[in-house]
Amino acid sequence: MCLGIPGRIVAITDAEAMMATVDVSGVRRSVDVTCVAPKDGPLDGLVGRWTLVHVGFAMSLIDEEEAKATLAILHEIGEANAEIAAFAGEVA
Amino acid sequence: MTAPLTAGANPFQDRETGRRLIARIGEKLDRLGATERKPVRLMEICGGHTHTIFRHGLSGVLPAGLEFLHGPGCPVCVLPMGRIDDCVAIAEDPRVIFTTFGDAMRVPGSKKSLMQAKADGADIRMVYSPLDALELARRNPDREVVFFGLGFETTMPSTALTVLKAEREGIANFSLFCNHITIIPTIRAVLDTPGMMVDGFIGPGHVSMVIGLKPYRFIASQYDRPLVVTGFEPLDVLQSVWMLLDQIDRGVVEIQNQYARVVPEEGNPQANAAIDAVFETRPFFEWRGLGSIDESGVAIRERFARFDAERRFAVRSPAVAEPDSCQCGGVLTGTVKPWQCPLFGGACTPESPVGALMVSSEGACAAYHQYGGLRKGAA
Repeated sequence: MCLGIPGRIVAITDAEAMMATVDVSGVRRSVDVTCVAPKDGPLDGLVGRWTLVHVGFAMSLIDEEEAKATLAILHEIGEANAEIAAFAGEVA
Repeated sequence: MTAPLTAGANPFQDRETGRRLIARIGEKLDRLGATERKPVRLMEICGGHTHTIFRHGLSGVLPAGLEFLHGPGCPVCVLPMGRIDDCVAIAEDPRVIFTTFGDAMRVPGSKKSLMQAKADGADIRMVYSPLDALELARRNPDREVVFFGLGFETTMPSTALTVLKAEREGIANFSLFCNHITIIPTIRAVLDTPGMMVDGFIGPGHVSMVIGLKPYRFIASQYDRPLVVTGFEPLDVLQSVWMLLDQIDRGVVEIQNQYARVVPEEGNPQANAAIDAVFETRPFFEWRGLGSIDESGVAIRERFARFDAERRFAVRSPAVAEPDSCQCGGVLTGTVKPWQCPLFGGACTPESPVGALMVSSEGACAAYHQYGGLRKGAA
């Protein structure tokens, strides 16, 4: 029950009530965005952003740069192994 | 801009990268001299990670020198029977529409589960969000709508914000039966368990999204154990295993963040503000299998008393003894494996659970039963 699902904020439906429409794999539903609202300024800046939705609340904006960085590290850890294996193979 | 989380192939499930990571983990374990008899033991605190580990068969593909211990991080699994009895008592009040997440429906009480109470005629409805419960209250002004709030800090902001919304709108027929629990005292209880065998922690991803990394620092400074906050894809878990082994290998003990794409170091200030506004720490809270843990639960503040189902209904929270032979407590602290419980797979199955760890797919026993078969060494 503690898992969330990534979705894209597609519209602000009621700024006063902090409600937005979020698209999760083609399914759209109304979601509360209080936890990801900018401190100052309108909610419109959220439109287009990816967010992790948990029980009807947008809980965190998903940082795509961080996601790419994680993938790069994962790739690097994997590749490093391949290099080590190749190096070990050459020596042998 | 790339969109790594859009539909299509999920790069966090890439098999080739996974295969290489597993090899790297094997090299680390060899360097550490870990063996099946003397493994490195990593505890995933969160039931979501337990689910990932089993669903993707990670235990089966990793070397025998690594052992996963499945910790107490599934809120459904640690609910004491007495609180389920309270839910049933509230739900059987004819004025009440009782609302709950689906996970809690099959958790056994001392007499019946919510599902059985529903079959017996109580008006119990499964909802996706506490906001759905609030909407039911708006539509049914002549009924009392009670939402069963449970979960760690991940779920707390949503119920807190729902209470704040109910207050703003002046909704008089909505209340929350608060069973929220907090992660830090839980981890401390594991660390203080006699015979504790954990070498490092796979830290919860979505709890950390709310609380940030700072609250975990005592694990490194006071207990000399590393923790890596981790995402829920198989590669996330593998990367964190590698990061933990790398710390052990280098002789350092740190709190690290593998899940930075979702978890900010400082947590979520709006979510924490909502939690602080609505909830206060209880002196203690009863856990199934673990007993009473100091300051491990929260209650609704006096200011919001009219939204507190515990005050509006006669909630008794009877102390109910665990079923005979049930080993949930030992499993939760990593000192007993599910297959060592005499009830496992016999008297206790996912279809007919005795212990709470057999109920949710995030419970260690249910995961062993579903994915690992009934034998030792299956996971």
